[in-house]
Amino acid sequence: MNVRSQIAMVFHLDKCIGCHTCSIACKNIWTDRRGTEYMWWNNVETKPGTGFPTQWENQEKYRGGWKVEDEKLKLRSTSKARIVTEIFHNPSQPSMDDYYEPWTYKYDELFNAPEGPDQPTARPVSMVTGEYINVEAGPNWDDDLGGSPVYAENDPNLKGLSEEQKQQLFAIERLVMFYFPRICNHCLNPSCVAACPSGALYKRGEDGIVLIDQKRCRGWRACIAACPYKKTFYNWSTGKSEKCILCYPRLETGQAPACFHSCVGRIRYLGVLLYDADRLEEVAKLPDDQLIDGQRSLVLNPIDPAVIEAALQNGIHESVVESAQKSPVYKFVKEWKIALPPHIEYRTLPMLFYVPPMSPVMASRNDDTIQSVSDEFFHDIEDARVPLQFLANLFGAGHQAKIIYALKKQKAIRAYRRAVTVGDIDKNSAEKILREADCTPDEADAIYKLTSLCTFEDRFVIPPMHREEAIEMMKDPQYHKSSVGFGFVEGPQRGL
Amino acid sequence: MANSNPFFLDQVLFIVLPYVSFALFLLISIRRYIRETFTFSSLSSQFLENKHHFWGLIPFHYGIITILTGHLIGFLIPREVLLWNSIPFRLYVLELTAFVAAVLTLTGLISIIIRRISVPKMKMVTSVADWILFGIFIFQIVTGIYMAIFHSWGSSWFAVTAVPYLVSLFTLSPDITFITAMPWMVKFHIISAYLIIAFFPFTRLVHALVIPNPYLWRKPQVVRWYGKWKSVRHV
Repeated sequence: MNVRSQIAMVFHLDKCIGCHTCSIACKNIWTDRRGTEYMWWNNVETKPGTGFPTQWENQEKYRGGWKVEDEKLKLRSTSKARIVTEIFHNPSQPSMDDYYEPWTYKYDELFNAPEGPDQPTARPVSMVTGEYINVEAGPNWDDDLGGSPVYAENDPNLKGLSEEQKQQLFAIERLVMFYFPRICNHCLNPSCVAACPSGALYKRGEDGIVLIDQKRCRGWRACIAACPYKKTFYNWSTGKSEKCILCYPRLETGQAPACFHSCVGRIRYLGVLLYDADRLEEVAKLPDDQLIDGQRSLVLNPIDPAVIEAALQNGIHESVVESAQKSPVYKFVKEWKIALPPHIEYRTLPMLFYVPPMSPVMASRNDDTIQSVSDEFFHDIEDARVPLQFLANLFGAGHQAKIIYALKKQKAIRAYRRAVTVGDIDKNSAEKILREADCTPDEADAIYKLTSLCTFEDRFVIPPMHREEAIEMMKDPQYHKSSVGFGFVEGPQRGL
Repeated sequence: MANSNPFFLDQVLFIVLPYVSFALFLLISIRRYIRETFTFSSLSSQFLENKHHFWGLIPFHYGIITILTGHLIGFLIPREVLLWNSIPFRLYVLELTAFVAAVLTLTGLISIIIRRISVPKMKMVTSVADWILFGIFIFQIVTGIYMAIFHSWGSSWFAVTAVPYLVSLFTLSPDITFITAMPWMVKFHIISAYLIIAFFPFTRLVHALVIPNPYLWRKPQVVRWYGKWKSVRHV
């Protein structure tokens, strides 16, 4: 057992209202520099929809993630042999057209326009060239376009849905959509790290955050093709790749990342998971339908004395183990099993989990009348407005079992809470429903509390990052007393 | 030793210039790597324009790598090259390969220049240094192709003229007897090669110094630890 600690995350999709506050918080802090204007380290997508960059889930086009071939784990986008030929021109690299050309407006023209018969207008100008442009795409261009034939119908997750189910998704007045906020998953088996020819990408040993060493990155852009979630971005101005850093400077000072901190719907949870690094490859090679269980089995129980001992032996600080014991992510993923990884079939073992959303109205149609109560309590889940197969393609590697389990539990808890607070369902049948959903009253209370009444401290259990053990502390502080500081002090200037 | 001006010029161009160029190349590259590590990048523009990119970058890189390898082989094993060339058919194969590679390089470079001019976004990532580089490169390739056509069988005469001269430079006992007798087009080719070497560390060409060879033997995952970050663990 090789115990490592990982900062992991849960997004509760049933609570996401699609307000994009997270995206703006991130943009204002990290990606308002030249060359990064088009990047959204955090973005919120409408599903069904094509996402950002367009159709990022279409791995036939982008060749992201891993595949199993001859019982070996191989990158889909590149290999040691192919890196030699693809370094000059990467065939699966997205271009700016797959994202959008960033623009601003000539606001001063509003104020400086000469007097005339027309209202002055602020025309859009490209943030790349400074020339006037016709805006044809932008961030969240398909926001809320659930039924659109241009966007929603081209969602790669519609694969495997029956015609009837598709029609159900797109019929007017029955349109349905939900929001899908995304950041870097800080995967356990990151394909971006494995693809980097320069070895510039790495996982931090102490917390598992995946970073790009800006000094070692040479802009070969292999990570961009390799990441199946398209969460590494190329800065066209500096010639370096950049990605979500999980606000590590904030985490190191005990603050939640900006997107977590600003989340209006309080959908985000963050905490430590302890995992067994020796079994990574074995798990990443499992067949599709066993991947979720396999990933769960990697996560170790932080109160198991054997795990604690192995963790301490591996140099994990006691305070981090303590933090892992309080981790909300551990509860969602391992105890309650209602949080699922996105597209685990890419085999990067993402460390961001999603609680799948309940459909807005779980009603079934009976000829001309709409019925919201059926004899079988859980029947509605199978017949939900968002087809199960669609959710399964997103969060279950195409298999529905884990989605049904998570939705059943959520639905049972709603019934149980209704029995407690409203009282129109009797307690016995509420508990029977809970049992059917593999839940107990205690667990239901705990889930209810962490979902509905959660405070900052409940949602974000940030471990002490122990920077005092970091490299700076090994240098003589006297030596640096009158200088500018530690580390990266060279300005990010583009080379000639 | 005659004091006539042309010979003095030859000394400047074929003794002083190469030493200055190599010194600049070494010192500035090392200084830049240490002081301005961040500026080492391929400065790829594929992100801004993805289609035309292929038709310029691929022929240019394959062409120039073949040509440079050819020059290096000619310099390292001149005897074997002469021996190879002793049978006309083998000489033709060698010369033709080199010629095709040169034409590939030239067409690739022209395609790259057209792309830089015609795509508006490219102007934002094209510097003055890039234009100077394009100029010298075009000149270098054109003089090379001219030699291949009008001063034929360079792969053979390179071995008995340029190689002794280059060896004399490396052994710090410069001897330019063979070079002074050369036609001007050959001299131009050599001079602009020195200019490229001198200019190299100031331009985007430095990306050739950081080609990612460790990738071929490193393990897929990289983990770095705070305290021991110098000993990166590969797992």
